[in-house]
Amino acid sequence: MTQALVGTSVKRKEDPRFIQGRGKYVANLQLPEMAYIAVKRSPYAHARIEAIDTRAAEAMAGVLAIFTGQELIDSGVGKLPCGWVVPGCKVPTRWPVVPVGDKVRHVGDSVAVVVATSPYIAEDAVEAIEVSYTPFAAVTDAKRAMQPGQPVLHDDIPNNLSYTWALGDRPTIEQALSASAHVIKLDLTNQRLIPNAMEPRAAVAQWNAATEEMTLWTTSQNPHPIRLLLSAFTLGIPEHKLRVISPDVGGGFGSKIFHYPEEIITPWVARKINRPVKWVASRSESFVTDSHGRDHVTHAELGLDAEGHITALLVETWADHGAYLSTFAPLIPTAFYHCLLSGLYKIPLIYGITYATLTNTVPVDAYRGAGRPEAAYVVERLIDLAARKLDLDPIAFRRHNFIQPEEFPYQTPVAMLYDSGDYNRLFDKAQELSSYSELVAAREAARAQGRLVGIGVSGCIEASGPAPSKVAGALGSAVGFWESSIVRVHPSGKVSVLTGSHTHGQGHETAFAQIVADQLGVPMEDIEVIHGDTAAIPFGMGTYGSRSMAVGGSAIVKSAEKVRKKMLKIAAHQLEAAEEDLTYDFNGGGVYVKGSPSQKKSFFDLSLGAYTAHNLPDGLEPGLEEQAFYDPANFTFPNSAHICQVEIDRATGEVSVQKYYAVDDVGNVINPMLVDGQIVGGIAQGIGQALWEYGAYDESGQLLSGTFMDYAMPRADVMPAIHTARTVTPSPHNPLGVKGAGEMGTIAATVAVAHAVMDALAPLGIRHLDMPFTAEKVWSAIQEAA
Amino acid sequence: MTAINVVVNGKSYTREVEPRLLLVDFIRDTLSLTGTNIACDTSQCGACTIHLDGQAVKSCTVLAVQADGSTLTTIEGLANGKLHPMQQAFWDQHGLQCGYCTPGMIMAAAKLVEENPEITEAEIRHGLEGNLCRCTGYQNIVAAVAQAAKA
Amino acid sequence: MYPSKFDYVRAQSVEEAVERTSSHSNAKLLAGGHSLIPALKLRLAQPDLLVDLGRIAALKGISRHNGTVSVGALTTHATCAASDDLPKVWSEAAGLIGDPQVRNRGTVGGNIAHADPASDLPTVLIALGAQIHVQGTAGSRAIPADEFFVDLFTTSLEEGEIITRVEVPAESNQGSAYTKVFNPASRYAILGVAAQVAIAGGVCRQLRVAAGGSTPKAIRAHHVEAALQGQPLNDTTIQHAAAAIAEDLGEEVIGDMYASAAYRRSIAAQIAARALSAAAARAR
Repeated sequence: MTQALVGTSVKRKEDPRFIQGRGKYVANLQLPEMAYIAVKRSPYAHARIEAIDTRAAEAMAGVLAIFTGQELIDSGVGKLPCGWVVPGCKVPTRWPVVPVGDKVRHVGDSVAVVVATSPYIAEDAVEAIEVSYTPFAAVTDAKRAMQPGQPVLHDDIPNNLSYTWALGDRPTIEQALSASAHVIKLDLTNQRLIPNAMEPRAAVAQWNAATEEMTLWTTSQNPHPIRLLLSAFTLGIPEHKLRVISPDVGGGFGSKIFHYPEEIITPWVARKINRPVKWVASRSESFVTDSHGRDHVTHAELGLDAEGHITALLVETWADHGAYLSTFAPLIPTAFYHCLLSGLYKIPLIYGITYATLTNTVPVDAYRGAGRPEAAYVVERLIDLAARKLDLDPIAFRRHNFIQPEEFPYQTPVAMLYDSGDYNRLFDKAQELSSYSELVAAREAARAQGRLVGIGVSGCIEASGPAPSKVAGALGSAVGFWESSIVRVHPSGKVSVLTGSHTHGQGHETAFAQIVADQLGVPMEDIEVIHGDTAAIPFGMGTYGSRSMAVGGSAIVKSAEKVRKKMLKIAAHQLEAAEEDLTYDFNGGGVYVKGSPSQKKSFFDLSLGAYTAHNLPDGLEPGLEEQAFYDPANFTFPNSAHICQVEIDRATGEVSVQKYYAVDDVGNVINPMLVDGQIVGGIAQGIGQALWEYGAYDESGQLLSGTFMDYAMPRADVMPAIHTARTVTPSPHNPLGVKGAGEMGTIAATVAVAHAVMDALAPLGIRHLDMPFTAEKVWSAIQEAA
Repeated sequence: MTAINVVVNGKSYTREVEPRLLLVDFIRDTLSLTGTNIACDTSQCGACTIHLDGQAVKSCTVLAVQADGSTLTTIEGLANGKLHPMQQAFWDQHGLQCGYCTPGMIMAAAKLVEENPEITEAEIRHGLEGNLCRCTGYQNIVAAVAQAAKA
Repeated sequence: MYPSKFDYVRAQSVEEAVERTSSHSNAKLLAGGHSLIPALKLRLAQPDLLVDLGRIAALKGISRHNGTVSVGALTTHATCAASDDLPKVWSEAAGLIGDPQVRNRGTVGGNIAHADPASDLPTVLIALGAQIHVQGTAGSRAIPADEFFVDLFTTSLEEGEIITRVEVPAESNQGSAYTKVFNPASRYAILGVAAQVAIAGGVCRQLRVAAGGSTPKAIRAHHVEAALQGQPLNDTTIQHAAAAIAEDLGEEVIGDMYASAAYRRSIAAQIAARALSAAAARAR
């Protein structure tokens, strides 16, 4: 086999449509007789709906209908389910639209639905709906929520505690900590973030009354699971009568994994009024309805022996889940968090516990990294403080505790079996790329001039490519985490690749085509990747958790292998040769006799022949289309070494990131350009968390950062130039040898920038600040230290 | 309703519009030119950037009636037989991922380069402050604008 | 987010616009729309009538004569940022308003009529001692910038009055500068300091300083001015004078999630010092 395209930076096949304004986003759909939905939302964080007066709104010209929650419930619409229920988890009731008599539980909760002939009129009508509420006190703090005397969101969940989840043996770990030479203790928060994919969520639904079939276009990272949830739990239209299409999706970062109320409301209305219906979120609506991320409060302790080896780690976390459990919420602060607490290090004993609480805030679920950034932040903050305590260079201290290359596969004490890695080589490369010793020297020189310059180092690991379905099931998942694919060779020799993965910016149409081009020896332009349509593609699981290449790509490899096998069979029959005497032509497609390339059946001949079926071996089915399901044997474990430099303006506290170096081991690389794009884009989100981004609520439950006027998104002029490089330790358990690349940038950058800021402030005796490191926070710390 | 006449991508349109209709909705819904996207409601993100009488503007913050008599170019009208150098550069430099901010980003960037052909990296970064991208970290966008400036 | 319904007229002249707005109980003037349209979309403003000034050519452009620069109310920030006729502090600040697209539409008159406390331009106009010329049913008048801004989103414009132009003295031997601390989300000013200074005989002879972004309306920094007037301009005198800005800001300092009132008050001296230093370096 030759690798002509895999490993090269092929330009993206999908780009011509995007750069010419031909992207197929849900909000672009226009259908005849289309009606428009707007949702009346709660201005209160916690209140009972006493009555809804829709008369004035209904009287407005152009208003077609107004629906309240009870009408949906009465028609059989179900509660929004939670797709990951850990043991003992109490799942709060969540209706798509809160009915009268029930409570709204966060600002933005749905109260009524307007349908009108234009979105402008729909908004007029929303304004004209009168809702009377009895407001209650709110709770917006994860830790306070479970204390006695706090407002209770759901009557059946006392103390607002949805579940407690623990891993490890606490007494053993506490004993080890008390026997340790040093114990580093730290209280920290990992603040709430708002994902803010640039495309706001949208849904369009069309009911075919003749066939009783529903088509729903929705901005989802995973249309198949959405169809399943709609069919089995919420909308009630069976799967074979429900087609879910996610065309081009404008970013997700996790926020478009989940099943949202509007995805239920829109098709429900379309059927009810028998017209196509569109709903598009405004950005203000997105802020108060898209699931948020992070929001942990943590106490952690790390033990060290006299030689500076880690002895034990204890982590206690209060995770805010918001008002309801979003679809995969309980996965995030449990398996995706505690199981990553070993980091890159040999930590013999780890104990972790999470208290998952409900508050009067937008539900919190996966956001880029999802649990793993929170874990990396805890571990790495402790590691950095430990190095400081022992007065060691942060890289030297890390190396002292690394899992060594010969120890893979490495069983951590927190369930994960790391597949492969070489952390020393990773850091060798990072030190070389960043000219680390010169950076350190420059920092010392700057410090001598009184400047606040800091260098931050992060060494992170994540578990990507979820997940072996058996493991997921044992941990509480309601679904499996394999992926499906079909490689369909058409009679003319053109190839369609159908995948259950679904790109929302990653470049699947290019990367998957590269794989198939190499697997079948056909040109890129003869291959089309099809995704995002439940009518076209067998069941699939979608894209999140940096899984598409490791799981979806592996399924495609399996399909392509089956196609080659069948081609060999056909060729053997037609060439009257034994299969073992034939070889597949990876450079041009087709099959030839070993040592005699002229005795060949071309890719075209074999494709056509499979369909004419004039000359197939006895018993072989006609056609050339192969399906495969790939269930991963394990997660993959990408790892990274990031180094950055910041300088703080002493007068204002403003932090600027001046230099950034990222070395990532994502295993084998299909398309380096795409991988770098993922890493750099992820770093921007990580820098955003470290320095500016904060989904802040006040005590009454109002979101203070509810628009781009108040939620600070990274912009071009505050981003540094980012230098990237890679080391490669292939994953041994998937056919491509790949690991995930989508989330590591975010995970690593948050830590690296945090450490650089803390390093800049260290000479002032400042040990820890919580993110985001806003100018005021940094400035205040400087004043207090002085 | 108010009658307006505009030339969009070289084609003249006369339409009756409500005074409150935003120019971006006129472009997307009335003219079905959906390449121009909407990503915020506070004039911050720049996804809706078009050229109005030769200037880059945020079409979500202009009323359609204000554009009466004007000449507009949207992303659909930027290419002239072949890709505009800025479009080509975004493709070459991997300056987009999900593609949603891309039309506005390209339209803003095209004007930056037109007004300042000798543009520096710092000027590019400053000049793109009105356009948000959540995918790329801007690095390849900056590279694309630099490439187009040299084209 | 869509505006609520309104009627719309395009005024052909200032006189027509005055007539239209003064004869209507709930009319709003539309210039570039970059303050008004966001407010319409959020339905914070719900006028019944919009009177569009956008095509009144007489309100556009920058002209300089007899030591005065006159800026038409409909002149955009982009035009101001590119102008060599305006005092440096104005063109510098104009280039920091919003972003290029916003500067292409946002106008001088629209900006100051909105009187957003986080805006940059009011600070500059106060520092420059601008005269704001307005026209109403009772005729025309000029309002000094110091008196124009009254409070948060409040000006001394009377009902039906329209800003026609803003006049400032042309810069000759003075140097001027604007220093801005950005809100990292909105890019509006957390604090902006504008300074203009002339140096004669080695000492500061003429000095005007204003601060905005932190107070309900931009303020003149009289204490800073008094502390530096007649002094040589060096780091020590500038730092000393800049420290007086806390007194100028007074008690009514604004705070938000990115910058509390205490923080703004505390960093003001350093920002003022930077503006003064930059202005001094530009003075001839």
